[in-house]
Amino acid sequence: MAKKSLFGLEPAGPLDYLRKWPLLTIMALTFIFLYVPLLTLMAFSFNDSRRNIVWNGFSLKYYAKLFQNDDLMIAFGNSLTIAFVSTIISLILGAMVAILLWRFRFSFKPVYEGAMALPIVIPEICMGVAMLAFFARIGWPNDLPWPLSLANITIAHISFTFPFVAVIVRARLAGFNMEEEEAARDLGAGDWEVYRDVIIPHMKPGLVAGALLAFTLSLDDFVITFFTSGPETVTFPVKVYSMVRFSVTPEVNAASTVLIVITVFLTATAMWLQNKGAKKK
Amino acid sequence: MESWRKFKQVFWAVGIPPTFWLVLFFLVPLALIWLFSFGEKQGVVGIDITWTLDNYIRVFNPDILKIFWKSLGVAGLATIICLFVGLPVALGIVYAPNKYKGLLLLLIMLPFWTNLLIRTYALIAVLRQRGFLNFTLEWFDQKMRFLFDLVGLGGLGAAVLGEQFQALELLYNDKAVILGLVYVHLPFMILPLYAALERLDRSYLEASLDLGAGHLRTIWNVVVPLALPGIVSGIIITFIPALGSFLTPDLLGGPDSAMIANIIERQFKSANDWPFGSALSFLLMYITFGALALRAIMARNSKDGI
Repeated sequence: MAKKSLFGLEPAGPLDYLRKWPLLTIMALTFIFLYVPLLTLMAFSFNDSRRNIVWNGFSLKYYAKLFQNDDLMIAFGNSLTIAFVSTIISLILGAMVAILLWRFRFSFKPVYEGAMALPIVIPEICMGVAMLAFFARIGWPNDLPWPLSLANITIAHISFTFPFVAVIVRARLAGFNMEEEEAARDLGAGDWEVYRDVIIPHMKPGLVAGALLAFTLSLDDFVITFFTSGPETVTFPVKVYSMVRFSVTPEVNAASTVLIVITVFLTATAMWLQNKGAKKK
Repeated sequence: MESWRKFKQVFWAVGIPPTFWLVLFFLVPLALIWLFSFGEKQGVVGIDITWTLDNYIRVFNPDILKIFWKSLGVAGLATIICLFVGLPVALGIVYAPNKYKGLLLLLIMLPFWTNLLIRTYALIAVLRQRGFLNFTLEWFDQKMRFLFDLVGLGGLGAAVLGEQFQALELLYNDKAVILGLVYVHLPFMILPLYAALERLDRSYLEASLDLGAGHLRTIWNVVVPLALPGIVSGIIITFIPALGSFLTPDLLGGPDSAMIANIIERQFKSANDWPFGSALSFLLMYITFGALALRAIMARNSKDGI
């Protein structure tokens, strides 16, 4: 076939929709609509002016201010701590669910799968208020020392991240060649050695992708955290929320840009790893 | 897949911890608010489970009912706009040259990975009274006035443009909420549509065009019927999170743009009426489950059909 380019001289085929101006216009407007707000937000975090709409020259001063803002830094530290701990636990739990659902046949399995999918599908607000009611009812103490004071938010995050991890790891396990296991057994591996030496190494790309996803979900979550956090346990999105309510400032732009860069980087890495894992198979 | 009896030890080892977690830290909290929804408030913090249906009946109070209808309407309208924008975009991506396809999909997904709160904030920065959009409009307005003055028609300019530039009130109303919901949920619509259109046999489209149907007629009579399962799936996947939105109406809406989630939040925080808030939460969940069941049924039917 002849070489084609978007603005080539060749006449457009009937289905070359990208070369027909009505469709091209709609697509261009959609991308402008999706990107202009985010790009202006990121660009103006480097603006030298307090007034957020006039470009006054490049400056990093709002990033410097960001790092001097103690409240924001504490909130950021809280967010990272919660994301780190909840990632580890939801990775373990998610991997277990993945093995369970991939490997075994048992009664009421569809019901079990449905229950595992619930945290993914129910509206966030419902989960948020359920967590709020739960921790209030069991009398969860509010005055624990620092890392422990984040435990209730962490627990809530694990509850909604580990089913996502399970989905990703299970997809990876679906490509496992059972003959590898039979070979290991023939060579004398027991029930546990098969997992340690064959199945878990196979799961690895799925585990990494799942971990990155869990970390991003936890770092990004606002609604569920909003209902479980107390005045002393503010996370980064909750802090940004309270700042956004007051005004639009370059500090908030800078804080947002930092979070955008972190999450886009982590998600892109997770996707890349997943694709790489899929191609290998 | 094997029966669990063959590897009992492994089965219990991987089965017990996550099940325990799901039950204790997810199903028990849900069961708790389910119980609360049949309870009555006692004093400031106490709740008596009296199995009353009052909390559900209170939903039929005109004020609350109005908010329910409004939420359904706002989420529905946002979903329809997403569909009308998403369908041509998905079509464009499907028939894009292969080397651009991945890039275009990535461009659709990228904002999706960005924090919801930040995307909403970005919209505020653009739409507010002293935001970028009004700033740009004012700039055009001034240039136009300057042009009118230049050709000596200052009076006409004032008549067309008004005495003075009026900043548009773009935020804190229902329109802003709908725009915000479209902004946030567009990828939810485009991705399932893309998946459905990608599977479409393009010779049907070519046949329709060869036989003289225009592009719009081909889309309406050929693409839409063939991609219907994907379209329904996209509608439901977009509608569910839009209906349960909390942040968008909270940050972009005005005093009476509240949606169901905002009313739920109010019951649990400021109004301190947990039984009523619990009942509202469960109604929202039942609507969600209903929509998901509909999607599952449609998916099964379309599989049987083809």
